[in-house]
Amino acid sequence: MKKTTQQKRILLQTGLLALAVLFMAVGWAKGEVQMVLEKSVNICLECIGIG
Amino acid sequence: MDKRKCVQALFAFTTNAHVQGFWKGTIYRGRLKNICVPGLNCYSCPGALGSCPIGAMQAVEGGTLYGISMYILGFLVFVGLLAGRFVCGWLCPFGLIQELIYKLPVKKRKVPKKVNAVLKWLKYGILAVFVIGLPILTADSFGISTPYFCKYICPAGTLEGGIPLLAMNKPLRMATGFLFSWKMLLLVLVVVASVLIFRPFCRYVCPLGAFYSLFNPISLYRYEIDRETCTGCGKCSRSCKMDIDVCKNPNSLECIRCGACIKACPVGAISGGRSAGRVHKEGAAKE
Repeated sequence: MKKTTQQKRILLQTGLLALAVLFMAVGWAKGEVQMVLEKSVNICLECIGIG
Repeated sequence: MDKRKCVQALFAFTTNAHVQGFWKGTIYRGRLKNICVPGLNCYSCPGALGSCPIGAMQAVEGGTLYGISMYILGFLVFVGLLAGRFVCGWLCPFGLIQELIYKLPVKKRKVPKKVNAVLKWLKYGILAVFVIGLPILTADSFGISTPYFCKYICPAGTLEGGIPLLAMNKPLRMATGFLFSWKMLLLVLVVVASVLIFRPFCRYVCPLGAFYSLFNPISLYRYEIDRETCTGCGKCSRSCKMDIDVCKNPNSLECIRCGACIKACPVGAISGGRSAGRVHKEGAAKE
């Protein structure tokens, strides 16, 4: 049976949602969360126009 | 104050609740900062409790041996999929600031359609070049690179982080130079443009809005038009400050879900919400 636009969209949404969660898990496993924390708890001189 | 402004103000305040940072000239250094906020909110803002996703993306890319950040990419896809540019309209502090500036009683300007049609693509270029491309491609042998967007373009960092921190820190003030002047110039341009045009930074420059916009057509929160009720009067499009032809494309990449079209529709044909399970026809508007 041919899929409707609505069904295709739901399929795409589900796939992307799973991908997003997978990406976050991979990033967490690679230590990126710690990297974000390390950068953001110090003043970013570039961001404020000094660095 | 309308409901959206209340949500914008409340969200801006709760995500920037480290108020003592403003008079001490320091930033929050707790563990909450490993979580990103959905909107553009510089993590060097003294009040910021979370991290800016665009800043964090470049921080990871510019760190050692990471490349593109899977954590931030996953976060952005997740938020984009749930809400698309609803984030821009309801949850972004820098969007709120531009809207407040726009309230100044000065004669407003409409960007010519042809100019708008070209300039709206600029933000995608900025996302590709300054946020993703340059930080990855120019990493040195240690894998360290510059956060190009934050350093050379972002006026939110200057306003939310630079000005309050410099105001309270003499050593930082002594260190300012050409770069700070350049960023102040960009900030002044954005402020002046915001007086005349609705959300110029969001429309033409913001890489975060560019990323979320890609999800507008497929996000769970979306707009729908009941084609049987719609009379094609065009009041929705005339009410849209982002200059979208709402009737033709209610889920345009430029739509920030402000809801002005829903309020303007005299027959209640436009609705916003989760689309799953509802049959809806998208096609040409009634003539």
